[in-house]
Amino acid sequence: MKPFTVHRGRVAPLDRVNVDTDQIIPKQFLKRIEKTGFGQFVFYDWRFGTDGKKNPDFVLHEPRYEGASILVAGKNFGCGSSREHAVWALADFGFRAVISSSFADIFANNSAKNGFLAVPLSDDEVAQLMQRAQEIDDYQLTIDLEKCEVRDDQGFRAKFPIEEFTRHCLLNGLDDIGLTLQHEAEITAYEASHPAPATLRAS
Amino acid sequence: MKTMAVARTLFEKIWEAHLVAQPAGRSPILYIDLHLVHEVTSPQAFDGLRAAGRNVRQPARTVATVDHNIPTEPRGTPITDLIAAKQIAALQSNCKEFGIRLFDMDSPEQGIVHVIGPELGLTQPGMTIVCGDSHTSTHGAFGALAFGIGTSEVEHVLATQCLAQQRPKTMKIDVRGRLAEGVTAKDLALGIIGQIGTDGATGHVIEYAGPAVRALSMEGRMTLCNMSIEAGARAGMVAPDETTIAYVKGKRFAPSGAEWEKAVAYWRSLPSDDGAEFDEVVEIDAAQLCPFVTWGTNPGMVAPVTGRVPEVKGLEESDRRAAELALQYMGLEPGLRIEDIGIDRVFIGSCTNSRLEDLRAAARVARGHHVNAKVRAMVVPGSQTVKRAAEQEGLHRIFQDAGFEWRESGCSMCLGMNPDILQPGERCASTSNRNFEGRQGRGGRTHLVSPMMAAAAAIAGHFTDIRNWKYQ
Repeated sequence: MKPFTVHRGRVAPLDRVNVDTDQIIPKQFLKRIEKTGFGQFVFYDWRFGTDGKKNPDFVLHEPRYEGASILVAGKNFGCGSSREHAVWALADFGFRAVISSSFADIFANNSAKNGFLAVPLSDDEVAQLMQRAQEIDDYQLTIDLEKCEVRDDQGFRAKFPIEEFTRHCLLNGLDDIGLTLQHEAEITAYEASHPAPATLRAS
Repeated sequence: MKTMAVARTLFEKIWEAHLVAQPAGRSPILYIDLHLVHEVTSPQAFDGLRAAGRNVRQPARTVATVDHNIPTEPRGTPITDLIAAKQIAALQSNCKEFGIRLFDMDSPEQGIVHVIGPELGLTQPGMTIVCGDSHTSTHGAFGALAFGIGTSEVEHVLATQCLAQQRPKTMKIDVRGRLAEGVTAKDLALGIIGQIGTDGATGHVIEYAGPAVRALSMEGRMTLCNMSIEAGARAGMVAPDETTIAYVKGKRFAPSGAEWEKAVAYWRSLPSDDGAEFDEVVEIDAAQLCPFVTWGTNPGMVAPVTGRVPEVKGLEESDRRAAELALQYMGLEPGLRIEDIGIDRVFIGSCTNSRLEDLRAAARVARGHHVNAKVRAMVVPGSQTVKRAAEQEGLHRIFQDAGFEWRESGCSMCLGMNPDILQPGERCASTSNRNFEGRQGRGGRTHLVSPMMAAAAAIAGHFTDIRNWKYQ
């Protein structure tokens, strides 16, 4: 996994609440059996018309947000389906982080496994960042996972909470399967006293 | 001196019984009893295993089926979507390579993963169950801790049979009183989400309790727990009782003989202790509930069938804008009576409402009537087992005589990954779980309802209060 330490980048505002994973990556693109190549389909129905032509009004198509690597969005981001394709698509499109006042649980878990940061800030802080991204040209933010802090050049500074172990894995780009397997002895002991049911073992 | 054991919730009992390790400064490691696998969220996980040279640790605890993108045309019809066919083939070869039991396309027990788990007796009280699908919460109906995971976590469970998980908070939803005739588990779920919102239970495991929940059948409890994720919950649960035990008994993978007695004794110890504390408690009065219809683009946007599309003026800024966008997408105006909303399509199916009881309820409504001339209606049983049972009772005849299509089992138009989709602008009464933009097909407009309400809408051509239905 790609480590996440400190990232500075352009900010794009997606001023909607409850952005669900069906919007982030519509189902017709879930049939690929690879983890790569999903970026071209991110927010597909919002970005492209039914004729396949770019929707120039969609925020990510405004030239001023080109190359944005930080998305600011309304509450309950990533709700709905468990599809990790949503995170793969955002990351493949070039985003390293999403800032919102709340995230759906599965989306937050999936983010952490992909070196992608889901940054929770307060409603007021998100509203401020949304406004700055809309009003200031080439608005940039720094997301500092070492200090658990988001800051800009205009005096904005806010701390964000993150579970310590998740932070540790992100900072070091750790594969958590490897970490779990460090407990091989405990897993084996648990399995010795909790064998798979007989009905499942017989085929 | 009398020592008192600490009163624990159902969730706490299962959580603590599955802790393998609690490393300092890290998330606890939880053992997973049953891992259900389907074609869409698993191929990258199997690739990950191969790339790291890892094996499936417990093939016996891993069970697979194909459901999300298979056609519901008669079996044997070739799959014309080549990318879907490739995904199905990938699951077949992965199951073969790693020795995993697969209920394949041609299996008499194939079906939606959350329908076949319970009906095969794979799902049992007290278990930890995961699947790369958010509606895994369904299995909580048995008093199991069951939750959806992403593909990285699918790989983690394949490799270790464990998950590193932060402990969620607990929420009790206490449903007082009884549901009235015509008000179903689906309406209870929609009523709850309408009240607490689509993020009302984020970070929590819900335990549904109270007389109205106790009175539900296993099918009803599955519908209720299924929709927990639509309130943002990590999982939903109902404590096991005699209804649960009677359902599991004799199922193909259920314990038998002395093992059965032992299992039942354990299951009876699982319900939350008196005085056990929850992080949050929500009370619902069942008598206040009615048949609901969603009017917007998330499952929290609900209205009573007797009501109107709501005014958005009074709402707080971000919610108002969300409601305006939803109404624009749905092609609806505030103040419109719900019963005046006409429909083009009806979908009866999905892991929420495609079990035998759901089909019986819909068939009772459809019997002797005919689908409105402008409506196309389809019934998609949740599994081959459900389909056979329904056919033995003649339900397929009732549906077909009434003009409904009777199809093969799968997820179908719940998420439209297969050819069953809405056309742009088409309006659908659907028994599924999500009314998100484009969920059932780009530009499609989904209204979530119960199976009875869907059947009635198919016949009337618009939503209608099932409590006034003229049964034939």
